[in-house]
Amino acid sequence: MKATVLVRPKDGILDPQGEAVGHSLRNLGFDVDAVRVGRVVDLEVEADGAEDATAQIQRMCAELLANPLIESFEIRLGEET
Amino acid sequence: MTDRPRVAVIVFPGSNDDHDAAWALGAMGAEPALVWHQQMELPAGTGAVVLPGGFSYGDYLRAGAIASLAPVMEAVRTFAANGGPVLGICNGFQTLCEARLLPGILRPNRQLEFVCRDASVRVESVDAPFMRRCTVGQELVIPVKHGEGAWYADEGTFVQLAARGRIVLRYVDDVNGALGGVAGVINEAGNVMGLMPHPEHAVDPLLGSADGELLLAALVDAAADHALVTA
Repeated sequence: MKATVLVRPKDGILDPQGEAVGHSLRNLGFDVDAVRVGRVVDLEVEADGAEDATAQIQRMCAELLANPLIESFEIRLGEET
Repeated sequence: MTDRPRVAVIVFPGSNDDHDAAWALGAMGAEPALVWHQQMELPAGTGAVVLPGGFSYGDYLRAGAIASLAPVMEAVRTFAANGGPVLGICNGFQTLCEARLLPGILRPNRQLEFVCRDASVRVESVDAPFMRRCTVGQELVIPVKHGEGAWYADEGTFVQLAARGRIVLRYVDDVNGALGGVAGVINEAGNVMGLMPHPEHAVDPLLGSADGELLLAALVDAAADHALVTA
């Protein structure tokens, strides 16, 4: 099963990268306020249905893909492969 | 077997201060042993472990995140659980935080620039074996060179660590936006320490400072003590 994991800096966590990107966007003339930069992980897992896939990916996030001190994550399941 | 305490220096793909650390430890009287990250065990008689600086696995995902799951880290975890002294320098500090052997995490520097210069750090606590040659309030000059060195923990953790003497080094001036200026922390038992500055680059006055000797020589003392206990 295909899935996408969105990893974001948690609310309230300073994101210097997002600030720098926001600054550059304003330099380009865009009228933007808050910019936050995260990470996208696309993956394919062998899973017995959506519930199993979600459980597996939650473990991946807890053990490696996200650091719970500073990052939140969101799992989006894709179509069957 | 020599009389010199054996200190294992772990080598990850992308470590680049492993040889400097080994050289400095040798100069402090240790017998350094480079240990490849895929080893499942530490060399017999290991008295201390150093996780050196560098860019393990290219800092992919988060600095130290992938190194923290390397095969050798299980042996390091067991060694630490048995009271063995473990020191993480820079990328080694990042790795120990990602391995949850130390509190907090190292984030990209506040200024988003790589910082490479001598830094003054103040000794906050001397309870840990690594700090026994220092005195509280002493200022050490030790170089830093990192892009992800801003230590962070939630406010409650930070307050508790400070109250329990687990923040051992703080920058005198703001170097990277670290919470509370934290440059080095220890675990609850005091036998695992991480710091962003590089003591192995400050072991000779010709290099600008020999203050790193205070930390590394104390580590070698601790290695000798631990080797005796476990012999």
